[in-house]
Amino acid sequence: MNMLTDAAVEEALDASQNSDTLKMRGEDVCVFYGEKQALFGVNLDVRENQVTALIGPSGCGKSTFLRCLNRMNDTIDIARITGKITLDGEDIYDPRIDVVELRARVGMVFQKPNPFPKSIYENIAYGPRIHGLATKKSEFDEVVEASLQKAGLFNEVKDRLHEPGTGLSGGQQQRLCIARAIAVSPEVILMDEPCSALDPIATAKVEELIDELRENYTIVIVTHSMQQAARVSQRTAMFHLGNLVEEGPTDKMFTNPDDKRTQDYITGRFG
Amino acid sequence: MSDAVYKGGNAPRAAAARRDIGIKKRYAAEQRFRMYGVAAIAVGLFFLAALLWSVVSNGYTAFWQTSINLDVTFAESVIDPNGERATDPNKLLTANYPKLATEALVAKLGVDPENRKLVREVGGLISNGVRTQLRDMVVSDPAIIGTTRNVWVLASGDVDSAVKGQVNLEVDESRRKVSDQQLTWIRTMEADGVLEQRFNTGLFTRGASSRPETAGMGVAIVGSLYMMMIVLLLALPIGVAASIYLEEFAPQNKLTDLIEVNINNLAAVPSIVFGLLGLAVFINFMHLPRSASLVGGLVLTLMTLPTIIIATRAALRAVPPSIRAAALGLGASRTQTVFHHVLPLAAPGILTGTIIGLAQALGETAPLLLIGMVAFVADYPTTPLDPATALPVQIYMWANEAERAFVERTSGAIMVLLLFLAVMNITAIILRRRVERRW
Ligand SMILES: Nc1ncnc2c1ncn2[C@@H]1O[C@H](COP(=O)(O)OP(=O)(O)OP(=O)(O)O)[C@@H](O)[C@H]1O
Ligand SMILES: [Mg+2]
Repeated sequence: MNMLTDAAVEEALDASQNSDTLKMRGEDVCVFYGEKQALFGVNLDVRENQVTALIGPSGCGKSTFLRCLNRMNDTIDIARITGKITLDGEDIYDPRIDVVELRARVGMVFQKPNPFPKSIYENIAYGPRIHGLATKKSEFDEVVEASLQKAGLFNEVKDRLHEPGTGLSGGQQQRLCIARAIAVSPEVILMDEPCSALDPIATAKVEELIDELRENYTIVIVTHSMQQAARVSQRTAMFHLGNLVEEGPTDKMFTNPDDKRTQDYITGRFG
Repeated sequence: MSDAVYKGGNAPRAAAARRDIGIKKRYAAEQRFRMYGVAAIAVGLFFLAALLWSVVSNGYTAFWQTSINLDVTFAESVIDPNGERATDPNKLLTANYPKLATEALVAKLGVDPENRKLVREVGGLISNGVRTQLRDMVVSDPAIIGTTRNVWVLASGDVDSAVKGQVNLEVDESRRKVSDQQLTWIRTMEADGVLEQRFNTGLFTRGASSRPETAGMGVAIVGSLYMMMIVLLLALPIGVAASIYLEEFAPQNKLTDLIEVNINNLAAVPSIVFGLLGLAVFINFMHLPRSASLVGGLVLTLMTLPTIIIATRAALRAVPPSIRAAALGLGASRTQTVFHHVLPLAAPGILTGTIIGLAQALGETAPLLLIGMVAFVADYPTTPLDPATALPVQIYMWANEAERAFVERTSGAIMVLLLFLAVMNITAIILRRRVERRW
């Protein structure tokens, strides 16, 4: 009885944390770069308020899939995509969907920190300005401070908001980029190897941040670090040669994967 | 055994010795290469210095012009002997003004006014430009008729050359343009402070003239300024818009490749071809006026466009793609991305390219000859549709004149042109330094 209640409580807790609401879904997604096919019919669900990690050897199409989720592939002339990707049940490749609004809802953080060569303040105020989320100076001040707070950067930069964002350290720059993405209040944040240019301490800070952000945002992260995937994600998807090999809860993927290739990759036998 | 030890000890040393030789050779090669570099720069500097020396030593005297101080009496008997000026306004325009100046100088030098030959020689000291100078004084204020005024008038070109020591006095008097008598007068006037070299503002304000002392490059400067303005107003926006479209929006395909190749080819087309094109299109087909700075500006625009497009595209390409990705990822449209982020970062490069293109256009001569800008234009152009010349064309025209005074003006004009070019290029460098890439 007692045991049962404990299990039930745990399950309930789990459920509340990992509410399995579907946020985004890819159905039979194929991507071609010119003649070359980079993704072969990928089906993947992204659940709300969870961190989904995409892992797999280099060149397997993780970034390609990630870029499909906010249509950044549109900016590559030769890229072509088939299949269906939905956000809250809406097809994001529907011609009626405004890509500007989509990218405001699905933000992105890149592998290399890429702040604008402007002030820290301007870096963050830019998104809200073009989307009309703030108009008055006080509103901008507010959103800048809130975003920096959420990105855990405010205390470090509060005295130098008007100095160039490019003058920060690499880790600070990456958190600035995350703050910039947060500033437009996205629902989903895509991160493509956000820590690969950072040292371990900066990486730990960003990972901590990702874990906190999960409360309010849905996160999809590409990473080459198995430990990172294990530390920050709730679900993991394993890609190989443009195919989705398997997908599941992170602890299961790392302890008891179904597919031999996942097993081999996680244990470092290839990749 | 000792052999073996000996060998074993020697082997690395031998290798070290071989390596030593290699290093020496490399150092020698490096030294040699540096020497070549220094030598190349020295040769370049030498020619630059020689060029500047020849231009400056020939031309610096052009900025001073000999003038004579006269007390001119505006005698009514000379200007308007029959008192007709109230009825015939042309009377004041056609009066014999040089006579007034000659009379004043005759009086000053104490020459017998009845001696026709001497009076003619005195008249030869004064530039014919005095006609317009005195006429303008009288026309603007007829009340000065009958009074005496102190004026500085230009000495004739030959006197100017003599004062500047450019006349060979060894030559027999009959084959000289300045007689011994005139030389004596010049000396006395110089000693009395009546004749002196004054700064030559006329060089910058006057138009074309067949007499060197009254020839100036004012019209050419204005013509060049008009053309620069037209080039800037047309080539910059068109070039930047074309580059942005090609670089940021156009799909990568055969057509854009073809356009790219053609733009690069256009940059290499000899400028005289653009002149022919301008002649055919703007003058023969569109019937725009000949010799007009508008046509010159249009031709130079065509010539400058490829330069600006190439520079702008290079500047746009130098903006890291991560900046575009950052803006697009935030939901900025392509246009917003370009105008908010890419263009500001590319601006220094674009400005530099534009200024270099403008400098090229400023020094261009050949196409302007073809569209008739090599004309004798004495009056200022009030609009770009009026006939004008350009600085390099003015230099070309003066270089064809034989008089010594035109030679110094040619070099003087070259100095002015070089100064303009230097200022433009320095501006380009300063702009580039100022707005150095900040990422
Ligand atoms: N812009 C592009 N043009 C052409 N081919 C591309 C482009 N981007 C990616 N590819 C190709 O698509 C395939 C998948 O690339 P992708 O960048 O998605 O791999 P990835 O899993 O993110 O690799 P990595 O871990 O090294 O970042 C690769 O074979 C790559 O060569
Ligand atoms: Mg990648």
